[in-house]
Amino acid sequence: MAISEQEIRKVALLARLELTPEEARLMATQLSRVLEYMELLNSVDTQGVEPLALAVEVTNVLREDRVTPGLDRESALANAPHRDDECYRVPAVLGET
Amino acid sequence: MESFWELTARELSDKLRRGECSAVEVARACLDRIAAEDATVRAFLSVEPDWALSQAEEVDRRRRAGESLGPLAGVPVAVKDNLCVQGRVTSCASRMLAHFRSPYDATVVDRLLKAGAIIVGKTNLDEFAMGGSTETSAFQFTRNPWDVERIPGGSSGGAAACVAARMVPLSVGSDTGGSIRQPAALCGISGLKPTYGRVSRFGLVAFASSLDQIGPLAQSAEDCALLLEVLAGHDPRDATSLDRPVPRYASELEGAIKGLRIGWVPEHFTEGLDGEVGEAVREALRIYEDLGAELVEVASPHARYAVAAYYIIAPSEASSNLARYDGVHYGYRTDEKAMLADLEEERRLLRESGDEAALEEIDSALVRLYRRSRAGGFGAEVKRRIMLGTYALSAGYYDAYYLKALKVRRLIRQDYDRAFSQVDVIAGPVTPSPAFRLGEKTSDPLAMYLFDLYTVGANLAGLPAMAIPCGFSREGLPIGLHLQAPALEEVRLLRAAHALQRNTDWHRRRPGSHIAARSELRG
Amino acid sequence: MAALPYTIVVGLEVHVQLLTESKLFCGCSTKFGAPPNTQTCPVCIGMPGVLPVMNAKAFALALKAAAALNCHIATFTKWDRKNYYYPDLPKGYQISQYDLPLCRDGWLDVPSEDEAEDRRIRIIRVHLEEDAGKSLHDEKAGRADSRIDLNRAGTPLLEIVTYPDIRSPAEAKTFLQELKLLLNYLEVSDCNMQEGSLRVDANINLHIPTPQGIAATPIVEVKNMNSFRAVEKALAYEAERQWGVFQETGRKLGEVPKQTRGWDEHAEVTRPQRSKEESSDYRYFPEPDLVPVTVTPEEIERVQASLGELPADLRRRLRRDYGLNAYDADVLVNQGRSTVHYFLRLADVCGDGKAAANWIQQDVLRVVHERQISITDFPIPPDTLGEVIRMVRGGRLDTPKGRQVFAHLLQHGGRPQEAVDALGFKDVDDAEVQALCRELVDANPKVVAEVRSGKEKALGSLVGQAKKRNPHVNPARVKEICLELIARM
Ligand SMILES: [Zn+2]
Repeated sequence: MAISEQEIRKVALLARLELTPEEARLMATQLSRVLEYMELLNSVDTQGVEPLALAVEVTNVLREDRVTPGLDRESALANAPHRDDECYRVPAVLGET
Repeated sequence: MESFWELTARELSDKLRRGECSAVEVARACLDRIAAEDATVRAFLSVEPDWALSQAEEVDRRRRAGESLGPLAGVPVAVKDNLCVQGRVTSCASRMLAHFRSPYDATVVDRLLKAGAIIVGKTNLDEFAMGGSTETSAFQFTRNPWDVERIPGGSSGGAAACVAARMVPLSVGSDTGGSIRQPAALCGISGLKPTYGRVSRFGLVAFASSLDQIGPLAQSAEDCALLLEVLAGHDPRDATSLDRPVPRYASELEGAIKGLRIGWVPEHFTEGLDGEVGEAVREALRIYEDLGAELVEVASPHARYAVAAYYIIAPSEASSNLARYDGVHYGYRTDEKAMLADLEEERRLLRESGDEAALEEIDSALVRLYRRSRAGGFGAEVKRRIMLGTYALSAGYYDAYYLKALKVRRLIRQDYDRAFSQVDVIAGPVTPSPAFRLGEKTSDPLAMYLFDLYTVGANLAGLPAMAIPCGFSREGLPIGLHLQAPALEEVRLLRAAHALQRNTDWHRRRPGSHIAARSELRG
Repeated sequence: MAALPYTIVVGLEVHVQLLTESKLFCGCSTKFGAPPNTQTCPVCIGMPGVLPVMNAKAFALALKAAAALNCHIATFTKWDRKNYYYPDLPKGYQISQYDLPLCRDGWLDVPSEDEAEDRRIRIIRVHLEEDAGKSLHDEKAGRADSRIDLNRAGTPLLEIVTYPDIRSPAEAKTFLQELKLLLNYLEVSDCNMQEGSLRVDANINLHIPTPQGIAATPIVEVKNMNSFRAVEKALAYEAERQWGVFQETGRKLGEVPKQTRGWDEHAEVTRPQRSKEESSDYRYFPEPDLVPVTVTPEEIERVQASLGELPADLRRRLRRDYGLNAYDADVLVNQGRSTVHYFLRLADVCGDGKAAANWIQQDVLRVVHERQISITDFPIPPDTLGEVIRMVRGGRLDTPKGRQVFAHLLQHGGRPQEAVDALGFKDVDDAEVQALCRELVDANPKVVAEVRSGKEKALGSLVGQAKKRNPHVNPARVKEICLELIARM
C-alpha cells in the first residue's frame, strides 16, 4: 500500500519528528515500498488466530510494596539539557496542568 | 605476555586461575591489542583503560588475598553500547544519547562485574540496534576484520568485530531480529541469542521489548557457554525474566550427537540463498550426519512471512520505546532560541500571507521542540522505523498491520512447536550471503530488512538460537550455521555447536592483523 | 424545586491515587509534598533501559475497590501503553489498561434526598494505571517556561468511569462523597482533592423534551474541578449554559464535535479548552514489559468476603438495630469506619443508641475536631463513656453533671466513678431523696395546688429547695418523685 506525503506529514506529527519536504518525499517512497512488501501478510489466513504479543507465558509477576532508595535530585537532573536547581524546564505547556 | 589474544576465554581464565599470568597483564595486553587493531576495525565507541586496569588490579588483589573469585575473574569483556554502565556514556550509537551517562548499571553489567570480568569498553552498533550492518551508527563505521571494505554485520557489529579481530575474548551483544547471530556469522565467530526471558533486559536500552534478548559473542561455543552462565538468571527487576534454574552450560557441553534429530527447512535453501553459503551449510549438516545425527526435513509454512511480521512488530514497539527521547529529561535537545526564532518567522510569514488555517495548525513551541530535537537526535533508519511503527499502530491501521502481524507471529510460533515435536534442533543458514560491502544496501531499506530472513523467526517465537562458523566463501569471507532449539534448550544448542567445533576448525581461523592496513583506509 | 425544562445527564471519570507506600512500577515513595524531583529513580524518570514491575499492593487495592463497586472482575487482565507526548510523562507513554481492564459493569448506590430508595449509579469500568508528573508554570516575569516535577510520576491510580446515570449536579456531588467514603472505608485511597489524590472529569449534556421527541445536546467534557463543591457548581453552570445555547441554536448531539471545557473557579464559568485533533490517537498496544495478571474465582471470592461492612450496610444497620434516624446514621457513617466502631461499642455499653449518637455528635466529635485528632486517639474509651451515659440514664447524674464528668475524664482520664468522686458528686440514697421530697411537698401546699392545676413549672421551686438542702440530689429525680407524690395526694 502506498503512503502519501500528506499521510507522512500526519504520522510525523504523531511521532514528533520534523521532516524537511525532501525527507518527507523520500520517506513516502521508502515506506511505500516496505508497506507494499507487508501486503504479503494479507495472503495469510489468520481467521480465529489469537494474537501473540509476548513470547513468554509468564503471569502474575508482582513486587512487594516497599520503598527503595531512588536517585538524589542532582543525579536525576544530571542529564537534563535544560533545568534549574529543582526542575526540568520546557517551553510553556499549554492547557491543563 | 605476548599472545594472550590467541587464547580463548576458557584458556585465559585457566591461566589466570593457575597464576600463570595476572589480570593486569591480561588487561594491558588486551588494551594494547585494541589500540593496535581498533584504529582500523573501529569496533569500540569507548575504551576505558583506567577503569579496566583498576578492575584488573582489584581481581589480582583479591586473588593474592585468597578471596573467592567469580568465574570470569580477570577475563576482558566488551559490552555493546546499548547496555547501561553506571557513570559512563551509554550512547546507543546515537547523537541523541551521545552524552548520556547512565545513573545505574544494567543487570548483566552487574553480573559481569560480580563474576570478575574486566569491562574494557563499549562497542559500536547500529543506532539503537536498528540495522544489520552497523552502518546506521551515528559515530563510525565498524569494519569486518576479514575484509575491511565490508560490513561486520549488525546491529552488534562492534561486538562481533572485536572478538573476530581477537581484541577481546568475550563480548556481550543484544539480538532483536538477529543482531547477535548475523554479525557473529559474518565475522566468523560464535554468538548465541538465548530464550526470551533467560537473560534480564534491565538496563538494555529497549528497541523492541518483546523481541530483545542479550547474549554472548565469543570465539567458540564453549566460551559462549561460559559467558551465558554469567549473564543468565532471574531478575526481579525484569517482569519478563524467567524464574528458572540456570544450567551449568560450560560443564554440559560434552554429549553425543548420535541420535540427535536435526531439522532442516527446504525453503531455507531455495530462493535468494547464496550458493556458497548453501554449500557450507549443507556440508555442516553432512558432518553432523557423520557424527550420528539424523537429518529430518521439517516444514515451516509461515517462515516466509516472518520478515513482514517482524518489521511491523519491532518498529511498532520501537516507536513507543523511543518516545522517551524528547530532549526534556536527558539526551539531545535542539537549540531552543533558534527554534523559537524559526517558529516566530514561520508565524510571521503565515500572518502576512493571511493563511489562517495554517496559522491555527502550526506547532506550539513545545511540540516544535520535541520534533526538532528528535529530528536532530535520530538518524535516518531510526526515523524510518519510528514512522513505520507509528503508522502501523495508528487509528485505522492497527488491525491491518499490528494486529495482523501478531497473529502471524502466533502461526510462526506454532510452526516451531510442530517442528520441535519432530526434531531436537533446526539447522540452516544465518544469512542469505556473506558480508556485503559498506554502503551496498544503505539506500535500499527493504533489501537490508530481507537480509534478516532466517534470524527473525527465533525472536518472534522467543526461542534460543545460535550462529557458529561453518566455512568460508572463495573470497575468504566467513559463513555461519544457524541452530535453533526449543525454549530453554540452550544446552542442546551449545552441545550441537560444540560437537561441530570439535570436528572442524572454522572457529579457530583468524583474520590477518590490521595494524599495517590502517593507512590505506579512510575514516 | 421547580421542575427544569430538561433532564441533566452526567457521567463521571474519576481518578484516585491508591494508598501504597511505593509507586506502581518502582520503589519510589508516593508521599505527598516532597520538594520537586526528590522522589524519583531511573524507572519513573523513564531512563533508557529501565523496566516496570507491578506493585502487588496496588493491584490488591484495585481489586478491593472493584469488588466493593460490585464489578465483574476479570480473571485475566493485561496492561497497554497509551502513547502521547507531554513533558510530565517521561516515557512518552502511560502504562494503562485498554481492552482488558481489571473490571467492568459495577454500581454504587448513593443516598437520595427526595426518593426513599437509594439511587444506583452504574460503573462502566475500573482500571489501574500510572500517574504523570506535574507541570509547574513559572510565573516569573518574562519567562514562558514550564517546570517539570516528576515526584508524582508513576503513582498508582485507579480510574473509575460511570455510566451517564447521574441526573443532577447535587447527585454528582453525592456520588463523589459516597465514593470517597467507600474508598476511605476500604483504605484504598484517601481521596483528598486538595492533594490531588482524587481528580474528576465530567461528561454532561441535556435531554430536552420537544414536540419531536427528546433532543440531546452535544456532550461536553468538563475539567479542572478542584472540589466536590466545584463539581456541583460547574455542572450547574454547564447545564444552564447548554440550555441557553440549545435555545439559541437548537444544536443537537452529533452535530458538533465533542468539546472540552475547563471550570474557572474564580469567574465561576466553564471555558473551552483547546485540544489538538491528533492528540487523541493514543496508539494503544499491549505493554511488552509487563506480563498479564490472572485472578482465580476463589481469590475474587476471598476479596469480596474480606471487604467487611461498607457504608451503605452500616447506615442500614444503625437505623435498624440502634433506632437511629437517617440523619444521625448518615452523620456517623460519614465520619468513617473508626467513628462507627466507637459508636457501636458505646451504644452496646450504654444500651441506648440514640443517646450514644447524641454524645458522639455533641461531645466526642467536638473534641476530635477541636484537637484535630482521629477518633482512635480520643482519650476516653467507649466503655468509659458508656458508663457515664448509663449514670445519666439511671438518674445518678444529670446531664450537666454528666458533661462535667466527661470533661474531667478528658483531662485526667480514669474511671467515671473516680471523676464523680473527684468532682464531689455524692451519690444520694434514693430513700433519702424520697424523704426529702415528702417533707417539701408537705411544707408547700401552695406549690402543690399550682402543680395540680396544671402548672408543672411550679415544681421548680421544690427542686430549688431540695438542692439547697442537699446539693448532691439529682434534680430530675426530685422532680420525678414530687410529681408522683402530688399525683397520689
Ligand atoms: Zn521511581
